[in-house]
Amino acid sequence: MSVVPISYYLVLSAILFGLGAVAVVFKRNIITIFMGIELMLNAVNLAFVAFARAHGQLDGLVFVFFVIVVAAAEAAVGLAIVIMLTKNRQSLNVERDSLLKF
Amino acid sequence: MSVPFILFFLCALLAVAGAILLIMVREPIHSALSLILVMMSLAVLYLLLGAAFIAAVQIIVYAGAIMVLFVFVIMLLNAGTEERTDWSRIAKPMGLPLAFFLLLVIARWLSRSAIAATVANGVGAPSNEGVSTRALSMALFQQYLFPFEATSILILIALLGALILARKDE
Repeated sequence: MSVVPISYYLVLSAILFGLGAVAVVFKRNIITIFMGIELMLNAVNLAFVAFARAHGQLDGLVFVFFVIVVAAAEAAVGLAIVIMLTKNRQSLNVERDSLLKF
Repeated sequence: MSVPFILFFLCALLAVAGAILLIMVREPIHSALSLILVMMSLAVLYLLLGAAFIAAVQIIVYAGAIMVLFVFVIMLLNAGTEERTDWSRIAKPMGLPLAFFLLLVIARWLSRSAIAATVANGVGAPSNEGVSTRALSMALFQQYLFPFEATSILILIALLGALILARKDE
């Protein structure tokens, strides 16, 4: 049974990272921008797992574990900030958030 | 075409399609659902790479906890369709050529760097057996014990931060 080469996974990871970056740049909705960040983190995780497999070492998988933990913490704090911003501005559009203090 | 190849291309297609949908749709809740699609297909890819524990964590923590948090906030804020905004006048003629130029520069730099050579030569043939969860936990609780404990403090701080940020003003 043939195995999929690691480079395929790396290309997929790069494509997903690029699409996540596009989402961050193009989207206007602050929640969707957050989803773009999560997508980029996922793409990096895929690259980590692929490299860990290629080198036959565990460290990459441990890194993925930590990335997931940090992503969870980041999502919690980030969404709290989104809730606070939306309470103050009554809008999810990031182009309305051009001032630090309202 | 063997089974792993078909599975890989199926999941890769699903993941890319989900990522493109995330960008194209205008309702945040639809974006969230397409992101869940990406995460599910990535979990299958982790299984294909022999990382069963990471695949389980991906589904439980990412598709479960984090995306539920996203959907919860979308519903709490009653997030509707994204507002359309006008593109800036410079963006249309300049944006695409400049983005393409940047892509060319990065691709050229990458193809000449050591990474490309490593991927092309050494790292092509993965070993056949997967990583056991036992070995992963041994690494996590022995070699990486301090970072593991440090994450608990990180999560505590994130919890406090979220509570303080989202509380009602007096």
